[in-house]
Amino acid sequence: MQPTKEQLLWMYENMVVSRRFEEAIEKVYLEGKTPAFNMANGPIPGEMHLSNGQEPVAVGVCAHLDANDIVTATHRPHHQAIAKGVDLKKMAAEIFGKSTGLAGGRGGHMHLFDSAVNFACSGIIGESCGPACGAALSRKLQGKPGVAVAFLGEGATNQGAFHEAANLAGAWNLPVVFVVEDNSWAISVPKSEATAVTRNDVRAASYHMPGYYVPGNDPYAIFDVAGEAIARAREGKGPTLIEVETYRLAGHFMGDAEQYRPEGEKDELFAKDPIPKMRERLISDGHATKDIDEIEKRAEASVADAITFARESENAPETDALTAVFV
Amino acid sequence: MLDQPTNERRLTIARAMAEAMQQEMQRDPTVFVMGEDIAGFGGIFGNTRGLFEEFGKERVRDTPISETGFISAAVGAAMDGMRPVVELMFVDFFGVCFDAIYNQMAKNTYFAGGNASVPMVLMTSTGGGYSDAGQHSQCLYGTFAHLPGMKVVSPSNAYDAKGLMTAAIRDDNPVVYMFHKQLQGMGWLGTEAGATVNTPEEDYTVEIGKAKVVRAGTDVTLVGLAMGVHNALKAADKLAEDGVSAEVVDLVSLVPLDRETVINSVAKTGRLIVVDEDYHSYGVSGEIIATVTEHDISKLKASPARVTFPDVPIPYARHMEQFCLPNPDKIVAAYRKM
Repeated sequence: MQPTKEQLLWMYENMVVSRRFEEAIEKVYLEGKTPAFNMANGPIPGEMHLSNGQEPVAVGVCAHLDANDIVTATHRPHHQAIAKGVDLKKMAAEIFGKSTGLAGGRGGHMHLFDSAVNFACSGIIGESCGPACGAALSRKLQGKPGVAVAFLGEGATNQGAFHEAANLAGAWNLPVVFVVEDNSWAISVPKSEATAVTRNDVRAASYHMPGYYVPGNDPYAIFDVAGEAIARAREGKGPTLIEVETYRLAGHFMGDAEQYRPEGEKDELFAKDPIPKMRERLISDGHATKDIDEIEKRAEASVADAITFARESENAPETDALTAVFV
Repeated sequence: MLDQPTNERRLTIARAMAEAMQQEMQRDPTVFVMGEDIAGFGGIFGNTRGLFEEFGKERVRDTPISETGFISAAVGAAMDGMRPVVELMFVDFFGVCFDAIYNQMAKNTYFAGGNASVPMVLMTSTGGGYSDAGQHSQCLYGTFAHLPGMKVVSPSNAYDAKGLMTAAIRDDNPVVYMFHKQLQGMGWLGTEAGATVNTPEEDYTVEIGKAKVVRAGTDVTLVGLAMGVHNALKAADKLAEDGVSAEVVDLVSLVPLDRETVINSVAKTGRLIVVDEDYHSYGVSGEIIATVTEHDISKLKASPARVTFPDVPIPYARHMEQFCLPNPDKIVAAYRKM
């Protein structure tokens, strides 16, 4: 399945928005945390898991989804949220813990929920899988259109929640797609030392679903494979498991010294940064000319607006902590 | 004040835990450690640093993100003659693996009629205060302490941290060892200076099931554990400025619970405030108050009070989380209301 020019430019723009967003968040996150790095300080406290480098997975998949489809995301959710169309301003405000945020500051960066575009999140590894099956089942039972996509990391494929959900999806022929972002690292533990198989696509056979492995962090290839899988799900033909090779250009979290990485690995990954690569290809294929500068400017402006909105928003009253449990 | 030898060897809790494990691994070849990022990384919270370099990857094992698998595996290994120390990175993650903990680790000895033991340690991080939101900030003391069959400890300082870890490893029963992140001595989490104390180099144990009076007083008893002890000590300082003499009890252990030390303290002071970072209802605070009132309610000069986390998920935004967390001012205010 090949993307149209319009889809390609949408994918590129979302990748750039995502990267610029992470760069802006990183900058703000470090405010108040120098010279001594204390996670509790600054305008954005707590853990921060950036998605730099993993943008192709999110856009290649979400290019096939609309607001009605469901995405369940991970502890590293920003690129997935942006590609799914989560409101960037409200998302930024949530990360700043402001009243204008998606959850009025209650959730934070690992807990982004936007019901307007059917986006949900969990900070617990593997816990995107079950809810995606449930949402897919709901659509099936209600006779409503829509598919569910569960994003997870390669580390999560060793979690029981993934295997149980994959079996449910296979046994009940659910319209769900499992998308494994294989960035090789579960914090400091490499996939090769923690996972019994080299590639997770082979595990699909256990759950009676097709499995694909997409190498190269390539948005074009991801678009192709994800498009087939999502079309299958829409046609009632059941679930698919896709593992995508991707790159974590940042640490596991902000403040991670990444001493576990082999020497030179980061340089190699930066040399394969998917954004400049896609830019070059768009131009050489004639899909973009000067308009690519416009796309990048637009992306930067939307991120700048979102960050300004978040920064200037008010804190919610502290007593809001006690509300929104039962509604 | 804290009952410690007067040497000049101050360790963080993280270092004290690692040293206890190191010494027990040197002493006993059946001790091994496993968990996520505990080998080369040294533990996310620093408590296994140096072990991998000394003992290698057979005895210091990084695991997949498979808590049900590797905690159950620790149960099996423990019943077969090993003494595993296994880490659940954040206590919040117990949700994915609790069967291994409360239905196996905690019950197998009973199911075997006392003829089998499960000598393992489950160490896990607790606590918030640094805006890590609702799935990475909980204490869950009451959740673990409620279920029979496992000992539950939580140190407030490095001296206890080392002695409790040594005791936990040597114990023939399963021990849940809960360490509070903000007491670890990891600067990046912010850290409570009072937790970094003199710690002997030689191995020693701190008795599991024995509370400590860490500050003597006559007017009110403040009971807490882990971070709660430091909040109570700071509140005691503030109360002292107004001429109020507060006694502070560090529970150290939730299971077994040293009810006697609490009862004796309240018998002396007549007033009780429990400080607990765990959720308000159905938890440690209620248990402590019930212990005192069941024993002899006439000893109380005022209704007991508790300073706890309200019964809501932990909010992310700093000002909301701080609004919910116990702190010294809330303890002082609770005393004023008595």
